[in-house]
Amino acid sequence: MMLREPDTNTSAAGQAALARNVRTRNIVTARRRMRRLMWKEQGTAFLFLAPNIIGFLFFTLFSLVAAFGLSFFRWSLLSSPTFIGLNNYVILFTQDPVFHQVVLNTLYFVFGYVPLNILLSLGTAVWLSGNIRAKSLFRIIMFLPVMTPAVGVSLVWMLMYDQNGIINQLLYALFHIHGPNWLGSTTWAMPAVIVMSLWYGFGYNMLVFSAGLQAIPRHLYEAAAIDGAQRWQRFFAITLPLLSPSIFFGLVLTLITSFQVFDQVYILTAGGPGTATTTLVFYTYQNGFVYFHMGYAATISSVLFVLIMLVTIAQFALQKRWVYYEV
Amino acid sequence: MKSEVLSSAPKARLGMGSIISHTFLIIFSLIVLFPFLWMLDTALKPDADVFLFPPTLIPNPIQWQNFAAVWTYLPFGRFIINSLIVAGIGTILVLITSSLAAYAFARLRFFGRETIFVAYLGTLIVPQAVLVIPEFLLIRYLGWVNSYQALILPGAFTAFGTFLLRQFFRTIPVELEESALIDGASRLRILWSIILPLSRAALGVLGLFTFIGFWNNFLWPLIVVNTTDMATIPLGLQMFQGQHGTEWSYMMAGATISVIPGIILVILLQRYLVEGITLTGLGGR
Repeated sequence: MMLREPDTNTSAAGQAALARNVRTRNIVTARRRMRRLMWKEQGTAFLFLAPNIIGFLFFTLFSLVAAFGLSFFRWSLLSSPTFIGLNNYVILFTQDPVFHQVVLNTLYFVFGYVPLNILLSLGTAVWLSGNIRAKSLFRIIMFLPVMTPAVGVSLVWMLMYDQNGIINQLLYALFHIHGPNWLGSTTWAMPAVIVMSLWYGFGYNMLVFSAGLQAIPRHLYEAAAIDGAQRWQRFFAITLPLLSPSIFFGLVLTLITSFQVFDQVYILTAGGPGTATTTLVFYTYQNGFVYFHMGYAATISSVLFVLIMLVTIAQFALQKRWVYYEV
Repeated sequence: MKSEVLSSAPKARLGMGSIISHTFLIIFSLIVLFPFLWMLDTALKPDADVFLFPPTLIPNPIQWQNFAAVWTYLPFGRFIINSLIVAGIGTILVLITSSLAAYAFARLRFFGRETIFVAYLGTLIVPQAVLVIPEFLLIRYLGWVNSYQALILPGAFTAFGTFLLRQFFRTIPVELEESALIDGASRLRILWSIILPLSRAALGVLGLFTFIGFWNNFLWPLIVVNTTDMATIPLGLQMFQGQHGTEWSYMMAGATISVIPGIILVILLQRYLVEGITLTGLGGR
């Protein structure tokens, strides 16, 4: 027993050295393994990304570049494309009598539709956040139009907007007013398209705002109520600032989509009467697939893209002034 | 003061204000529902009664045969099958490609991850309408005009789906995956059996919006399809309008058929709607 002690001591020292050795070797192999794992992870990541990114590059990025490229060509599909420089843009801005009207129509729609959409969706979302029974039922009802095809519901609005349709029948029965031929009048066609679009689209933002409202802590309202804040004071001091990120999100998306209004215009008015409701996307469609002026159509859509970009950039620049982010 | 605090209790008390509020809400909801009711109402009327004044609110006689008649005017069954194929396959593709890419962006370390992600995200604001002309030319070049792949593929690879799922995947604790990784499970296995089952709400919302997006799309089918047998429902309705634009009862029967799936899906997936929008940060928070 006594004799063995030094023995165990040396073996302990040896074991310590051995352990150090093993540890360094372990670190080296661990590093190597880490590096191998990292490379493996790179490979996995590439494989995971490939299906989405390749399809996306092909259909979206390539198309985006091609859209701008095409705007410098004249191409009727029958012959091969001819390079004409900026000619399409020159014609569009200086000679095309319809184009100015089309831009104005689009702006009319956007600035008529977007503010009303935000007001209506915000109003209903706040209304439904109060003491309401069967909230989810009301939310579902208001959300229903969003999920239906614009073509299908435009057809019923077309029927309702008819000179002898139910809207004019109601106007006559209730107020003895002879309503106009809504969709056939240059004055009323665009408001009619806007009203139909409001009905069709407000439910989406209503739901987005409802989700935002649910995230506002209740105790803030309770504290404000105890401090004697009135309903509208609570709305402006708590609800609006805390909801502003949601409103910003809804506003940006609604602006982007409203610049692209097409389906309801196609069905309700086909851009008419005359060109009273011809919007940029409708005009793109007409030039591309009715007249087969591919280059010219690409030019119109490039202008649309720039317009949407400018408005979106302006939105992001302005957000500092009114969007409140909790830190 | 006391009543204000009480009124924030979950159960609504039926005071006078509350009754007025509910009444207006019901009226407003009926106005919102009215076009759907009018659609169905007209679909069940004899064509001669469509513009009758005063209007017949309950059709007399109820003409269920209008729905059958739509089928004889145009191959409506075919439109439904086409729409189901396009929206169904499209949705599956979007869910697969988005969840794979989203997992890579959320969990895997690779060179330039954040840069690629931001660049990818930037393309979200590219308006679809801008891409329509070159996409059509591409499809034409590939010889795919009038085909299912033309209807499906351009919509099957979205930055939106990737973004939405990536945001959601990042809320799932990494610890859940670590033990599986140590046990030697592959990343694909982890995605399939750990991440995806926990992401039902996000997948449900993405699937719902994607399916409906394909189902409702009109501009793209209008451009790449030129025969009735490849038409989806919205395009079929437009063709019907072009050919029998004055036969409102039949048109409304067709329109009614077109809105049914959306309505059913919303009712079935309602639980996921608000929850999904909150969870995925779709509400901007």
